Amino acid sequence: MIIKILGSGCKKCVALMDNAKAAIHATAIDAQIEKITDIVDIASYGIMSTPGLVIDEKVVSSGRVLSASEIETLLTGP
Amino acid sequence: MGPRSVGPQWGFRMGNVFVWLNDQLLRMQWLSDLTALLVRGGFGLDPASQIGGSVHFFIYDVIKIFILLSVLIFSISYVQSYFPPERTRRILGERQGLGANIIAALLGTITPFCSCSSIPLFIGFTSAGLPLAVTFSFLISSPLVDLASVILLASIFNWSIALAYVAIGLVLAVLGGTLIGYLKLENQVAAFVYQSPVSDHDNDGVISRRERMTYAADQVIEIVHRVWIYILIGVGIGAAIHNWIPETFISAVLGQDKWWSVLVATLVGVPMYADIFGTLPIAEALVQKGVGLGTALTFMMAVTALSLPSMIMLKRVVKLPLLAVFIGIVTVGIILIGYVFNATAHLFV
Repeated sequence: MIIKILGSGCKKCVALMDNAKAAIHATAIDAQIEKITDIVDIASYGIMSTPGLVIDEKVVSSGRVLSASEIETLLTGP
Repeated sequence: MGPRSVGPQWGFRMGNVFVWLNDQLLRMQWLSDLTALLVRGGFGLDPASQIGGSVHFFIYDVIKIFILLSVLIFSISYVQSYFPPERTRRILGERQGLGANIIAALLGTITPFCSCSSIPLFIGFTSAGLPLAVTFSFLISSPLVDLASVILLASIFNWSIALAYVAIGLVLAVLGGTLIGYLKLENQVAAFVYQSPVSDHDNDGVISRRERMTYAADQVIEIVHRVWIYILIGVGIGAAIHNWIPETFISAVLGQDKWWSVLVATLVGVPMYADIFGTLPIAEALVQKGVGLGTALTFMMAVTALSLPSMIMLKRVVKLPLLAVFIGIVTVGIILIGYVFNATAHLFV
């Protein structure tokens, strides 16, 4: 599983990154995290506000810092 | 006193209450008085002297701008949390023609926006099929007119100037966008923009009131963190203009009677990048030194609406002719606004 954090390095992107790491750790899922910082690359996912969260090339959230438990739900399914 | 006199006197009192509220809450007369006490008692300087005056201007303006900024950003961000870009795009997609341009200009004033997000917004709007005219109305109005700057303008100058600034900024956004629409420059947009996917993530339904409060508080921290240096520099330059640069020099370069003053303000302002909150104290000091109101507003608009970093960003998604048209229209618009305001300044001051 590949998780991408979209954001040009703002504080919220770092917070989302930390929450994603915590979620991966808690669910023990084998996932890699990538940071996408180029503004054109970010926009090519179709989002208009950062930070964005992409799981396996699918945008699951934008403009919001999801909590670790919200990300866990996204990773494991409801 | 007879009962007949109650009516007009009550009206007179209400008028006084408004003036008092305006002076104390918005212009913060109490802060100016306190700062004067501090300058005199704490530093042993006379606030009317050259050094004392600069110190007073600096301390008073910095504290005033930070207080207003924090309160304003908090309340405005709370409202903004109801208008994420995805919702703005949906609202705009339902409208056509001039109406769409007007709504775009209005939404530009309340949609969360900093120059760093202009590219995602541009791509997001264009790939969803919004006309260039509408997108550019939004892109012009967004950095130029926002609610916080309007209230700061009212605090530093007065309400009629603030409202005139908003009105004229919105007109520039609507006309500029419409003009770009007429020029049919759709082929001047980088091809990948049209191929970008449209993602419609709207968190509107799941955001609780508590989250909106947290969002608003986060925005205050983030924006203050981003702009504090511009404010300090801006107020510093303002204080220097206020007390150290001779009035004769300023009026020789930027005086009301000099036809070129608006052009100089534009040329200096366009490449500069600063936040509107940093440019306001400079405009304030310039006007106090006898620079025309139009010239000062032109400078503010030039600094905030156009800047080198945002041009470089935009260049990645549009081709040079469209970028040139955009810069040209905004620059000419700003210059015209300067001359109109200079000619009609007596109506506002």
